[in-house]
Amino acid sequence: MMKTKSLLLAATAAAMTAGMALAEPVKVGMITTLSGGGAGLGIDVRDGFMLAVKQAGNPDIEVVIEDDQRKPDIAVQLADRMIQSDDVDILTGIIWSNLAMAVVPSATAQGKFYLSPNAGPSALAGKGCHPNYFNVAWQNDNLHEAAGAYANSAGLKNSFILAPNYPAGQDALAGYKRMYEGELAGEIYTKLGQTDYAAEIAQIRASDADSVFFFLPGGMGISFLKQYADSGVDLPVVGPAFSFDQGILQAVGAAALGVKNTSQWNKDIDNAANKAFVESFEAEYGRLPSLYASQGFDTANLILSAMAKADVKDQDAFREALRAAEFDSVRGEFKFGPNHHPIQDIYVREVVQEGDVFTNKILGVALEDHADAYAGECKM
Amino acid sequence: MSFLLLIEQILNGLQFGVMLFLTAAGLTLVFGVMGLINLAHGSLFMIGAFAAAATAAATGSFVLGLAASLAAAAAAGALVEMLVIRRLYNRDHLDQVLATFALILIFSEGTRWLFGSFPLYLNIPLALSGPVTLPGGIEYPLYRLTIIAVGLLIALGLFLLISRTRLGVQIRAGESDREMIAALGIDINRLYTVVFALGAGLAGLAGALVGAIQSVQVGMGEPVLILAFVVIVIGGIGSIKGALIGSVLVGLTDTLGGVLLPETFKLFMDPASATAVGSALASMLIYILMAVVLIVRPTGLYGARA
Repeated sequence: MMKTKSLLLAATAAAMTAGMALAEPVKVGMITTLSGGGAGLGIDVRDGFMLAVKQAGNPDIEVVIEDDQRKPDIAVQLADRMIQSDDVDILTGIIWSNLAMAVVPSATAQGKFYLSPNAGPSALAGKGCHPNYFNVAWQNDNLHEAAGAYANSAGLKNSFILAPNYPAGQDALAGYKRMYEGELAGEIYTKLGQTDYAAEIAQIRASDADSVFFFLPGGMGISFLKQYADSGVDLPVVGPAFSFDQGILQAVGAAALGVKNTSQWNKDIDNAANKAFVESFEAEYGRLPSLYASQGFDTANLILSAMAKADVKDQDAFREALRAAEFDSVRGEFKFGPNHHPIQDIYVREVVQEGDVFTNKILGVALEDHADAYAGECKM
Repeated sequence: MSFLLLIEQILNGLQFGVMLFLTAAGLTLVFGVMGLINLAHGSLFMIGAFAAAATAAATGSFVLGLAASLAAAAAAGALVEMLVIRRLYNRDHLDQVLATFALILIFSEGTRWLFGSFPLYLNIPLALSGPVTLPGGIEYPLYRLTIIAVGLLIALGLFLLISRTRLGVQIRAGESDREMIAALGIDINRLYTVVFALGAGLAGLAGALVGAIQSVQVGMGEPVLILAFVVIVIGGIGSIKGALIGSVLVGLTDTLGGVLLPETFKLFMDPASATAVGSALASMLIYILMAVVLIVRPTGLYGARA
């Protein structure tokens, strides 16, 4: 009895010193990819997220983490279990758009919040938007649109564009073409998971293109860049950050040097939150953070900022608190548009070498305060 | 499309075919001699690439990396054969598929545990990097020409091994009647271990050669495995010659189909939908090829067994 009482006292004291007015705990279910070929992305999101949770030292947030193995059916099972037996308040973590499409609509329909730290399929930004769905990263088209805008400002007039033949690949080429004003020297859809690009590179060589735009995430981009560098074709290359993130660059090596790519985040964005994030991430995990890690970090800080203002059980108040997005984003300015997708600056970066490490540095802003093209279709 | 571009694409198809052959050769040997479906063959390909990347990073020598890939994959193959595969010869194919699928998971997560989740760096040695100009003015990467040469040399070596050596005689005998060669006093267990290690070593070497121009990452072997199965079904199970012809056929069909089909559709469609329809159809082509071969010759082009 005595013991329970002192425990209670200690807990109250801890809560008071942490400045917590609202004692209702928040349970977060994170479903992300931690095994298989795409695990690097999920691990970065998780590590960024958990770093923010650790730094906050808030005892009222509990995180359950599960591995979806990049399989939609497993992601759905995990979401069902988290919603029905673990009784989570918020779901997050999914990397891939096809998995997000399988999980998000049913989770939000069951009255849970879903905060996306990565995937931003157009269907969820437009007609399929939902009051309980927030995207903290970007809408899928955004970085490609920025690449198109950059191509205009760099005076590129005849791009050869390629992407894998699946929904995100089609969105990528559509996004680039939405902003790009020049001619197309060629447009190719490759096979998803393709590893040999000799045939495509030969076509690029034979065309009269002045530049190449490609969206080939993960291992596909590594293969393409190595083979492109070895082919002797030396047209400038533009792409979204997905083929140039911190996890991939070391495997590509010098073949990526000088490539321009677009991202909403980089480690040299000049603000206090970002400096602290990059330093503490490197100290905690012994590697540089990637854009995925920054997205995980921002997602956790957004949740923590809403927890300080509202009780998660009071959904309307909590939703308003999320929408206000009053946290120090590592991207600097950050706000949500009417469809709960970010309005943010998107930068052009260049791949550089710092000592032994390949990384990116910012060249300038490609699109300022950019919102996605689907916000108008969202009715909520 | 110009004539030169077509020649370059044919070279690309040939090179892709030769890369496939290196993986398919080991698979068809194991399948033919032991009657074993080895889904973990792709994992041995991955082990080769990782061994090469780690060795090349530590020593700075690509050649040492290649040697390490051969040794590591062959050793892993021999070990797996003695510990796991040996117990599966008398089981049906479903048990073999289950057990070797389990091996894929073990190898994948084991590799992640050792090397981490991020892709490794492995690049072409300086001496082989960059393009060379071929007669007719075609610029073609030297490394890809080297792969074609190495692959054809290995094909020749395997052919001689099977047709001219004592081991080759035993392998051929094992394919046609395994009870009889055991009765003739040949240590069948040793023969199986050797054949399995040989197949594994070839897969590992292929992984290292290919890894230099692709991404060295966990799970890199599985897409190759599917194509390798297509190749041995087309070529005829157990036949090295079939594997070579099948690989080149698949390589050429895949590469030329991907280039020519969208071009053809552009003659009577707008470019965007021609690209979409053409690429969708191109990705089915090798499976259509396989179906046609199976209809005409159910045992494959050079398959002996019914």
